[in-house]
Amino acid sequence: MPQLSCQDLTLGYEGKAVASGLSFTVGAGDYLCIVGENGCGKSTLVKTLLRLKAPMAGQVVVGDGLRPGEIGYLPQQTVVQKDFPASVREVVRSGCLNRCGLRPFYNRAEKQMAEENMDRLGVSSLAKRCYRELSGGQQQRVLLARALCATRKILLLDEPTAGLDPKVTAELYALIGRLNDEGITIVMISHDVGASVRYASHILHIGKGSALFFGTKAAYLESEAGRAYADVGGGQA
Amino acid sequence: MMEVADKLFLYLEYPFVRYALIVGVLIALCSSLLGVTLVLKRFSLIGSGLSHVAFGATAVAAAMSLTNNYVLVLPVTIACAVLLLRTGQNTKIKGDAAVAMISVGALAIGYLIMNVFSESANLSGDVCATLFGSTSILTLTVAEVWLSVALSILVIAVFLLFYHKIFAVTFDEDFSTATGVRAQVYNLVFAVAIAVIIVLAMNLVGALLISALVIFPALSAMRVFKSFRAVTVCSVVVSVVCAVLGLLVSIVAGTPVGSTIVAVDIGGFALFSVAGLIARRL
Ligand SMILES: Nc1ncnc2c1ncn2[C@@H]1O[C@H](COP(=O)(O)OP(=O)(O)OP(=O)(O)O)[C@@H](O)[C@H]1O
Ligand SMILES: [Mg+2]
Repeated sequence: MPQLSCQDLTLGYEGKAVASGLSFTVGAGDYLCIVGENGCGKSTLVKTLLRLKAPMAGQVVVGDGLRPGEIGYLPQQTVVQKDFPASVREVVRSGCLNRCGLRPFYNRAEKQMAEENMDRLGVSSLAKRCYRELSGGQQQRVLLARALCATRKILLLDEPTAGLDPKVTAELYALIGRLNDEGITIVMISHDVGASVRYASHILHIGKGSALFFGTKAAYLESEAGRAYADVGGGQA
Repeated sequence: MMEVADKLFLYLEYPFVRYALIVGVLIALCSSLLGVTLVLKRFSLIGSGLSHVAFGATAVAAAMSLTNNYVLVLPVTIACAVLLLRTGQNTKIKGDAAVAMISVGALAIGYLIMNVFSESANLSGDVCATLFGSTSILTLTVAEVWLSVALSILVIAVFLLFYHKIFAVTFDEDFSTATGVRAQVYNLVFAVAIAVIIVLAMNLVGALLISALVIFPALSAMRVFKSFRAVTVCSVVVSVVCAVLGLLVSIVAGTPVGSTIVAVDIGGFALFSVAGLIARRL
């Protein structure tokens, strides 16, 4: 049974549909890339998968024993109010919270994991800084470290490389690839066609109002939608 | 100077002064613990709205001649807190209007009931006491002291147990919910704790001044510190110091307790603002 499956999902806000007819499945260990134009409903889809938002029609079935406490998530935008006092370490550690259950404090393993993930994303030197006072790219890395702390089975990333410099971007793709090799399912929204095609096992392409394509990467490259999109992407694949 | 000290020691001999200090410190501690989160959730107004609800409920309790008005005031305030914090989450404008509605409504009804049903000869004195707390803290009965101590300890325990969860949910509710943290439950726990504190704080500073007790220490601490833990610890220290100072001054100088404490809090805020400016320059 797949970890996530959607049948004829319709997404929308306040009665107005954004995208409809989305049907796809995500199995354990898959690497799904969601591509599509700005405003086609990619972020909305991820929020619906996470149950932050109810679908207008259809449903998201969670299977394979996937529980909410095993999910990691990187939002596209995190609106944090001005002068929110939060140090980088506090933010990253908060990703471990879904492992705590009712235990009120983080244990040593969780603190250790937070440090490791800060190391992986090169923000260890910022640990004591105030989150709000970092640059956009630095904030993105902190939130990625937090998402990694929360992940046990599946990681949903909404444009993880937005705002990152090329070196960190390349490192990030390699890191996500390694996590996927370790068996963690990846669902990633990306505008980087080259990278999507290089790393993904499956592609979901959302067009204006409905799904254009869902299937394996190989099938996508053969398809009409895939060829058109890859051409625009400059043939980096 | 010696004279003032002598006077102070003389007063400290009285049990009611010692009770006032104990309860005052506990209330200041709890209100500042929750105050940081309340300010960060942008719910400062809800604190003041709830205090008006507590005022209305107190008036009703007085009209019903209840011997222990906590029986009525506490549940009513908790119910309103749950209601307000719930509507305040997604629908911003509606939440705002709801707060304003409930708060002025409760204030008006409370005053009306006090006027119609009060048998007291000194009505405006009673109203003033409930609104500004004049001397309630100095007239606590032993039972009230114990109740305040028990409730404060409960609030502190809840805060410590849920500290990390409260932080995570306040910082990013969507992420918390998405990763399996039960944000709604913690919001509910927080709403109940805030209601309890507001009811307790009515004794110390009166209904109208409670928000000051909740908000000033948090804002002072946020001028200088940048991590959640540092801000929380600092606001607790600021709040307790200001409350003790204010209480002592008001006892010695005979000024109203509530407004004296708030005046000291404002002084603390000014001090921290300057300190923050200097720290940024360096
Ligand atoms: N809170 C909201 N209320 C109403 N409509 C919304 C809301 N958020 C998004 N929308 C609309 O839903 C549509 C899809 O938005 P969404 O954020 O899912 O796009 P996206 O595919 O993630 O785009 P991008 O590539 O720019 O991130 C857009 O047309 C947007 O205007
Ligand atoms: Mg988006």
